[in-house]
Amino acid sequence: MFSALVRGIRLIGRLTVDGIWRLGAATRFMAIVLLRSSTTFRRPRLLVDEVFFAGTLSLIIIVVSGLFVGLVLGLQGYETLKRYGSAEAVGTLVALSLVRELGPVVSALLFASRAGSAITAEIGIMKSTEQLSAMEMMAVDPFSRVLAPMFWGGFLSMPLLAAIFSAMGVFGGYLITVVVIGVDPGAFWSQMQSNVDLRHDILNGVIKSIVFGAAVTAIAVFEGYDAPPTAEGVSHAVTRTVVTSALAVLALDFVLTAFMFTGV
Amino acid sequence: MSVRMPALIVKLKAKVQAENLVEFDSVDFSYNTAPILRNLNIAFPKGKVVAIMGGSGSGKTTLLRLIGGQLKPQNGSVRFDGKTVGDMSHADLYAARRRMGMLFQFGALFTDLSVFENVAFPMREHLELPEPMIRDLVLMKLHAVGLRGAHALKPAELSGGMARRVALARAIALDPNLIMYDEPFTGLDPISMAVIANLIKRLNTALGATSIVVTHDVKESFRIVDYVCFLSRGEIVAQGTPEQMRTSDEPYVRQFVDGQMDGPVHFHYAAGEYGDDLGMGG
Repeated sequence: MFSALVRGIRLIGRLTVDGIWRLGAATRFMAIVLLRSSTTFRRPRLLVDEVFFAGTLSLIIIVVSGLFVGLVLGLQGYETLKRYGSAEAVGTLVALSLVRELGPVVSALLFASRAGSAITAEIGIMKSTEQLSAMEMMAVDPFSRVLAPMFWGGFLSMPLLAAIFSAMGVFGGYLITVVVIGVDPGAFWSQMQSNVDLRHDILNGVIKSIVFGAAVTAIAVFEGYDAPPTAEGVSHAVTRTVVTSALAVLALDFVLTAFMFTGV
Repeated sequence: MSVRMPALIVKLKAKVQAENLVEFDSVDFSYNTAPILRNLNIAFPKGKVVAIMGGSGSGKTTLLRLIGGQLKPQNGSVRFDGKTVGDMSHADLYAARRRMGMLFQFGALFTDLSVFENVAFPMREHLELPEPMIRDLVLMKLHAVGLRGAHALKPAELSGGMARRVALARAIALDPNLIMYDEPFTGLDPISMAVIANLIKRLNTALGATSIVVTHDVKESFRIVDYVCFLSRGEIVAQGTPEQMRTSDEPYVRQFVDGQMDGPVHFHYAAGEYGDDLGMGG
């Protein structure tokens, strides 16, 4: 009984120390990535390639998901608002739900599973096949040439993807409520225009997507670089990227929402 | 006389250093607590091809990584062209690496780039040359390894031997002073092995470079190298010309050269009594 308790305490202690050590390693890693970012901006081609890799290739999943989320929001919102005789406010409900919460959060979760996992896998495989070592031996710094462009590519892509997700969602809401159900289009748009505030709603949503983009891409790049150079190591790193990113996005969303919308 | 002696020693030492491109001076290296290299002293003369041989885990690849500055020794120093690698700043280390080429065990080609782009990579990164000149230089490097016609292929479309030759073309892209080969013959058929061996010798002569070949292959390496150095458990157990190694009485060298199953390197991994493990012990 006593030895089991000691083992349990030891396990908790070890996990805590490992967690703190890993957090420190990740912070140090990101500091190096940021310090060696000048090449990324001196050679825009590197950045464009990574925006394509992280952003453009994620477009299909973002566009389709945004459309369906908008369709569902429109249907659910209409059914609920109709009971209170304010079905015309469905445009406001769809837009606010998307720009404040669903746009940044859902697109960040999709971004983590599509682009984050791809970034981790690519870096992990480059490491396990000694491509990063080969680069070092060619006197090319992998931080400047590969890791920093990947980070900034993901960082810049995420807010754009969130904006596209929200736009597609609003379009989906319009399709289902105005075109299919028959809500008045003038009421749909004018209610939305008068109730969605540029700074309070849209800008805060954009800030959220920027924070989520930084978090997800930093996790993806670090996990790839830190992956043991084996097939199993890369596979576990990809899984960790998706799980850690999802948890980080949800936790950050709570903190940001508390500060932005509730005046905490 | 007592005043002039140190000056003479310094002069002689400088002359010896000038003749060696790489020198290991009492180098100790260990991963965590496992010692890999112990008090290693070795020099690689300019213009020569030197083979480093030894069993798995004897510290051969570690030796290359110490030269390239990817690892730092716990004790002693590794000097490249007279400068201690471990003391170099980030910029100096990268400047030194521009004078080195390294062929990795499985090529380490960039899988998303074509053969042409792989060889062009170090040129594009370091030389501000017009595109037509880069094209000509890449094709010349590929021609030197016999793969000019494969320039448009992707690494996934190459055989093991071809990938190794492309990696060799990339390693010599900047005309390095030092070329390091990490197991260049592993997994190759006899024809590819002979091709790679001949290329190592030919390129070393053509570039006036120094080559260090980490290998297990006795036949091909003895044919092309000037010196051989046998490593075991992080220490040099024998060194000399291939001819001297062929006639050496050193048990480790004999086991390695003759391919004997048992000897100083045991066939069996350390274990308890066989009978005990089978439940037949008294």
